[in-house]
Amino acid sequence: MSHKPTIPIGPYHPLQEEPEFYKLVVDGERIVDVDVRIGWNHRGIEKISESKSFDQSIFIVERICGICSSSHPIACVQAIEDISGIEVPDRALYIRTITQELERLHSHMLWLGLAGHFLGYNTVFMWGWKYREPICDIMETVTGNRQNYAMMKVGGVRRDIEKEHVSYILTRLDEFAKQLDMLKGAILDDPVLHARTKGVGILTKEKAIDYAALGPTARASGVDIDVRRDHPYAAYGRIKFNVITQEAGDVFAKTVVRILEMFESVSIIRQCLDKMPKGPIDSNPKDIPPGEGIGQVEAPRGECFHYIKSDGTNSPLRHKVRAPTYMNFPTFRETVMGQTVSDATIILAAIDPCYCCTERMLIVDSKDRDLMGVQELIRLSQEKTRKIASSLRGGRSPTKQSLF
Amino acid sequence: MTIDEILKRITDKFDTRVLKINRKSDKRAYVDIYPKDIVDFTKYLFKEIGLRFNIASAVDDFDGIEILYHFSNDQEGFVLTVRAILKDKQDPHIDTITKVTKSAWWIEREIHELFGVHFNGNEDLRTLLLPDDWPKGVYPMRKNFVVPKRDSRKS
Repeated sequence: MSHKPTIPIGPYHPLQEEPEFYKLVVDGERIVDVDVRIGWNHRGIEKISESKSFDQSIFIVERICGICSSSHPIACVQAIEDISGIEVPDRALYIRTITQELERLHSHMLWLGLAGHFLGYNTVFMWGWKYREPICDIMETVTGNRQNYAMMKVGGVRRDIEKEHVSYILTRLDEFAKQLDMLKGAILDDPVLHARTKGVGILTKEKAIDYAALGPTARASGVDIDVRRDHPYAAYGRIKFNVITQEAGDVFAKTVVRILEMFESVSIIRQCLDKMPKGPIDSNPKDIPPGEGIGQVEAPRGECFHYIKSDGTNSPLRHKVRAPTYMNFPTFRETVMGQTVSDATIILAAIDPCYCCTERMLIVDSKDRDLMGVQELIRLSQEKTRKIASSLRGGRSPTKQSLF
Repeated sequence: MTIDEILKRITDKFDTRVLKINRKSDKRAYVDIYPKDIVDFTKYLFKEIGLRFNIASAVDDFDGIEILYHFSNDQEGFVLTVRAILKDKQDPHIDTITKVTKSAWWIEREIHELFGVHFNGNEDLRTLLLPDDWPKGVYPMRKNFVVPKRDSRKS
């Protein structure tokens, strides 16, 4: 190792949202080893939760992630409900399903925008984030907030969907579906994107199973798992939807899975609004007896897993939280190895690590002490896309119709 | 393979090595085992039957440090949890399962630093979440660890 170019990464950088330390060992352009050090912003949420009441711990887990602020609370209340088999009214189950799918839509759009930016497709970035707005508006109508919804409680939900809101939600959803259709065509039919992302950062099916990868990361490698279908919770058992899988395991496959999943989400929300029964939204459970429970939820990035053990008091004896990125992250060891530095950005972004871990990278080549920051990496990535684009056009300069 | 079939197979195969089976519902089952058998159980459940490894959770309880290995069956939709109780809280140790599945890579590092459990045979037990200068022998997720009060006047 001592003779190979060293690779310090981060952890602090003015552009970083969260600190993280990456270590890429490079041999010229090729990445030969990679490691990551997390924990610079460890907040000890599992420990804090042990000192809170069951009702408070739901609010704590809601703040784990701004994007998954519906998945964690649902997993948490399901774990508590699992301890003693608390019943939840049907209407509440449908409302939980709707918030879950809205969250998936806005999260996938966010990812699409960022991925576009890293590849130099800034139009995709603008579109992705602009078309995400109707979803946030619907979220505000349903829950009262664009983020951190505070919707979930043990035994039900906190807010009902009013009758007069349904037509508004459907109108905005139609608007979104149209734009999504356009976006799908623009992205999946683009020859440059095919050349840039196909065969890049492949995660094989065997490796995906061995690392127990989850969500779109696993499904893009042909592992047909989805908590919504396999361990039906909320109202998913009564809704029809397809689980999208791809075989290739590369960055393109992960993109396809996410885009097609959004169409399923739109259909799920429509079905829920149609089928939602009238009735109470809360069963008002009183005590949590001693015992243990598990809650599983299909968050946008994969299965979110909560384990709660109660000793009969008002607060959990143990509250274990396992976010999907925790399992997906270690797969970068398989996907990044042997790839070029200019591809590292999009490969790491392809697992959709909460926001973008690529913003935390810094590469040092020990031979000439070159420092490489995040902007340099993104520039390298964008440059590669441009080269591919111009070679596909036979050296002509980009046309007006191009996405650049 | 349904939850009952799998529990029956486990009883047939491991016989006296199974301490207790708690079939909580159609979707949840807990199997208590001796810590020394964890690698055999993981090999059987993960490799032979093909369950998915969800995660391991450690609990600091009265009897000792419990380690729960959660496995999912995604065809039938249930979670099977294997529980090993490490009685010696002073020096808890258990064999690593990272030789069977890479998915346990990070969680063993995490339990090692937060609960002070040593995983025999795991060579990569570097810190994952705690700072590098964290004092040795202090395990923040143990019940006897008290979170220091922050003095606002000092900061």
